[in-house]
Formats: sequence, C-alpha cells, structure tokens
Amino acid sequence: MSVMGPPDGRGRFGEFGGRFVPEALVPACLELESAFAEAWADPAFVAEFHETLRLFGGRPTPVTPLARLSERLGLRVYAKREDLAHTGSHKINNVVGQTLLTRRMGKGRVIAETGAGQHGVATATAAARLGLECTVFMGEVDTRRQELNVFRMELLGARVVPVTSGSRTLKDAVNEALREWVTCVADTHYCIGSVMGPHPFPWMVREFQRVIGDEARSQLEDLGVGVPDVVVACVGGGSNAAGVFAGFADTSARLVGVEAAGGSAIGHGAPGVLHGMRSMLLQDEFGQIEEAQSISAGLDYPGIGPEHAHLAASGRAQYVGISDDEVLDGLTLLSETEGIIPALETAHAVAWVAGAAGNELAPGTTVLLNLSGRGDKDVAQVRALMRGDG
Amino acid sequence: MTTLDERLGAVRASGRRALVPYLMAGARPDWTRLLEAAVAGGADALEVGLPFSDPMMDGPVIQEAALAALAAGTTLDSVCAELGALDLGVPLVAMTYCNVVYHYGLERAAGRLREAGVLGTILPDLALEELDEWAAVCDAGDLATVLMVAPSTPPERVARVAARSRGFVYAAARMAVTGAAVGLGDGAAVVERIRAASPVPAYVGIGIASPEQARAAAAVADGAIVGSALVRRVLDGASPEQVESFVRGLREAIDAP
Ligand SMILES: Cc1ncc(COP(=O)(O)O)c(C=O)c1O
Repeated sequence: MSVMGPPDGRGRFGEFGGRFVPEALVPACLELESAFAEAWADPAFVAEFHETLRLFGGRPTPVTPLARLSERLGLRVYAKREDLAHTGSHKINNVVGQTLLTRRMGKGRVIAETGAGQHGVATATAAARLGLECTVFMGEVDTRRQELNVFRMELLGARVVPVTSGSRTLKDAVNEALREWVTCVADTHYCIGSVMGPHPFPWMVREFQRVIGDEARSQLEDLGVGVPDVVVACVGGGSNAAGVFAGFADTSARLVGVEAAGGSAIGHGAPGVLHGMRSMLLQDEFGQIEEAQSISAGLDYPGIGPEHAHLAASGRAQYVGISDDEVLDGLTLLSETEGIIPALETAHAVAWVAGAAGNELAPGTTVLLNLSGRGDKDVAQVRALMRGDG
Repeated sequence: MTTLDERLGAVRASGRRALVPYLMAGARPDWTRLLEAAVAGGADALEVGLPFSDPMMDGPVIQEAALAALAAGTTLDSVCAELGALDLGVPLVAMTYCNVVYHYGLERAAGRLREAGVLGTILPDLALEELDEWAAVCDAGDLATVLMVAPSTPPERVARVAARSRGFVYAAARMAVTGAAVGLGDGAAVVERIRAASPVPAYVGIGIASPEQARAAAAVADGAIVGSALVRRVLDGASPEQVESFVRGLREAIDAP
C-alpha cells in the first residue's frame, strides 16, 4: 500500500478503518463503495466535480505568503486559503462531491451530522444547489450554542433535528444519523462530514478533499517554493488535514496534524471501534467512549479518521495537541499580523506553528499552513472568551 | 458444557417456538431478579445487554437503559460476576457492541463470558466482513456468534450470513433500530429467505412488542425476541412480578393453539 493510496479491499489503512456497521447498512456501504469507485474513475464525473468547485465553490483557493507572520516567527509560512471557499471552509469540497454522487446514485435525499454547524451548513448548501432534500442531525446542546447556524441551514431549506440522546453533541449526532440511515438507505445518502465512518467514507472524503493538497502543491511550485519542509493542519475528524497531506504524502515534507488537547485521539486515545471504524478513540478503561472537550466545536470529537491513526502508527505524520488557551493567542496572532481571522479549529494549527518556531522549527523553515476556515462563525464566542465570560 | 446450537436445537425439536426476552444488565439494581422473572414467565433463552455508551443499533428505550446501567457502574466484569452466581436454567446470549469486547480483549472477553454461563453473543456492529477474528475466538471457546439478517440483505448474502451464524439467525423485521416501530413488518419475508438458505433456527426481533406480535412472529419463525417493550416496563419501574406476567402473556400467546 502506497502512503495515502487507496485502502485495502476491506477498507483498512494498516490496522485501522474497516466497516463495523449493522448488517442493515452493509448493502448501502457496498453500493456506495462501487458507486464512488466508478464515479471517481469516470472523467465526466471528475470534471463535473472540479467544474462545480470552480463555478460554485470558489476554487481554486489561493496560497498566500504570510509575510508579517513569517518575519515575526523567523519562518517562511504560506497559507492555503480554504477560508475563502464557499461557506467559509474546506467542508464545501466534500459535500459537493458527495451530493453529486448522491444524484448519480439516483437518490433524492441526504442526511448529515454536524457539530458546530459548518458541515451542516455546507451540506444544506450543496443539497439546495442540486435540489436534494436535506436533514441535519445536531446535538441539542450544539443547536443552542450555534443558533445562527441552525437558522442558516433552515434558510437553505434543510430540516435540523436536535439530538437529545447521550451527551447531545457531535458524537451523538453521528449515532443518530446512522440510526436514521438504517431506516431510509434505499433513497437517502448519508453525507458524512469528515474522513471517518465505515469504508468507503474515510477514503472517499479524503479523495474529495485532496483537491486542497493537489492545488497547494502546484501553487507552491509556481511561487518558487517547491515542496515545503512542513505541512500543518488542524484535526477534528481529519478531513482538511487528510486533504492537504494527500498532496504531499509522497514528498519529504513533514506532516503535522494538530488536535485539540482535550480531544486528542492520537495523544490520549486507544484503538477501538466507533461509528463504523476501527481507529484511535478517547475511551475509559472499560471501552466506553469519552466526550472530547474543546473550545472549538469542530474539534470536539472523541475519535479521528482511521487513515490518520495509521499515519501516526507508521510515523509518516505526527500529531500534537494544543490547549484552549494557546488557541486564542493563535487566533489573535494571525488576525493582527495578516488580516485573516481564522476559525477556532484552524487557530490550533496557527498556535502550533507559533509555538514551534525557533525550537522544533528551525529559522527559515518553510511551512504550509492549511487555513481550513474563517473565523466569522466564532467571533461572538471569542469576544465572550476574551471578556472572561465565555 | 452444552452449546447454544444444542440448547436451541432442543427447543425446536420439542416443537416449541422460542421466546427470547431482552433485558439490560445493570439497568436496575435488581436486574438479575428480572432475569429470573422472565424465565419464570416462560422464556426459552435470554438476551442480556451489556451497556455501551454509543449503541448505534438501539433506539431511545435501550439507549436509556444502557446509560442508566453505565451510570450505575456496570461493566463486563460486574455483569459476568453476577451472572456467574445465577442458575437460570435457560441459555444466555450477551448483546453488546464491538468496542466493549475489543477493549477487554477478544479472547479474554470470550473466556469471561463463557465462564459466567453465557453461550452466545450478538454484536450488531460486527457484520460478515469484520467477523473472522471474533468468530475464530468464539468457535474455539464454544461461544456462539449470532448474526443478523436485515430486510436489505440480498439473498446470496443471506446464505453467507446464515452459514456463519450459530445458535440462531436474528431476523430483523424492519429497517430500523430497536424500539422505533412495532409489528411484524418484513419479518416473514426475512425468515423465508433465511430458511431457503440454512437450517439454522430463525428468530424474529425488532418491533415485537405485544402478545399478538409475538404470536405472529412465532407463527412464521422459530422464535420471537422482545426487547424495548420489556425494557420500557423495566425503566418505568415494573416489579419482577409484573415482568413475569408480561413475559407469561407473550408465552401464552405464542403457545395458544
Ligand atoms: C474550519 C474547520 N476546520 C476544521 C474542522 C475539523 O474537521 P476536519 O478535521 O474534518 O477537517 C472543522 C469542523 O467543523 C472546521 O469547521
């Protein structure tokens, strides 16, 4: 298996991945696997995917040299600007791919889970464009924390279902979406939000997101930078990181995934099975899943995509944790030096670069920072945190 | 030591349609009393839930029972310790999710369950494609792996699932999680597909909630599994006597000429 090539026939990346789902969902996963494999090998589908990202999604997103930040840190930092994509983050790449595939499979409806609402908004957006019915499952706690995103999804014609089971957050929204999918697999596609879940989702979502890394690779060539020394991205489920890593997996670039310290599946987790996959998971000594704790809802997930678990185990990528306190510093640093307010998720990656500059990262190191999303959605929360009433 | 195949084979040979109530271990402090009550009411086997934090195949009722059990500190070890002290006289099948046994260690978990008198397991998030490792451990330890056939399972796959299922095949009556809807649904058709493929007994579950439904299920299948309807009563505070009488109602409906 080549680094970041397709998984094996059972959907495994090394010892991680697979398909741990109820029998009722197996036929749908098999159907999706062959539908995706066919579509991805069909030049017409691939062309439509890229055309849609160009005319609707705002691609290609630029690579921006971050001059003042670079000077401040003694590094050469470049940002891949997913914050400039439609709906404000990389999430649009995945949902454009999955909704086009939904239509190709002859299904008229998508369901999705969402934490903060970014993937829900992106799914509702892509569904509206294709005239697909859309239902989004969102933990009740999150619907209250992210009221505006609930309204956004509704404006886009989606139905938002508050999830009242379990901890009422992202992991329960995934459970509920899977439970719903069992009842409607025949006419509904589950548009999962990251490189997680049963095979083929982790592979498919990474392929839809690899446009980030592929674009960045040639953009850095054009800028005369070539292959950067380090590629860094924040990691919740791991889709933006997988997308950017995929463009550099076959180079000498060091790959760094930044988890929230309170949701660090690689740092503090153990192997296990959840949401259809075998991966690294936060769990107690009895194998009960623990809740992640993070300032950013998008990284508040107790697991990580199986390919990341494998990249960590094989040593090809490295995963680090950043605490909530460091995140705010990362956010203000990028805002003040570069005029870009990053999402709180993204600010984890910024904070790692800032902290590593001068020690782990020698002066002059070239860094590609995947700027996964913009911070507009987080401004109210950041203000509250800064005033000390967050 | 007998196997689940032998025990349930004997039930069928006696001409009896099996009644399999489901109860969540640890959902109440007196949960083992409830197992005894279900046996007194006429259960042929019992499905015992081992709680998991994220039960993907379960609806609100069993989720609630699982959370209650976890809040009470229920673990695989605590359940096995209590089960080991019982002599129920009917076979026990543990239902839980992969992570609980994976985390415990497959061989260790299989050994511990068997030692506690459990004869089979149902892991609803473990389908054919991922089965090998657990099945090898279970086969070596005389622990049955009960597999599910869903209404969506294509016929050639039904044969492969049934061939790997031990004790019985769980025929899911509908495309839904437990406790979401009631009625025989597609149960009869699913059982027919299993019977066409395999001699293993087929028991219908997922939606069997009342004596009438149990009777309808037993009329087309080798047995009926009743979960959420019973667990709902347990969560609502039913006494062991009330549990026994609910199960007896199911039994009588199944056995009525
Ligand atoms: C801007 C942004 N970055 C990152 C993430 C984390 O997701 P992933 O790890 O799949 O990229 C999210 C999730 O909501 C997000 O909104």
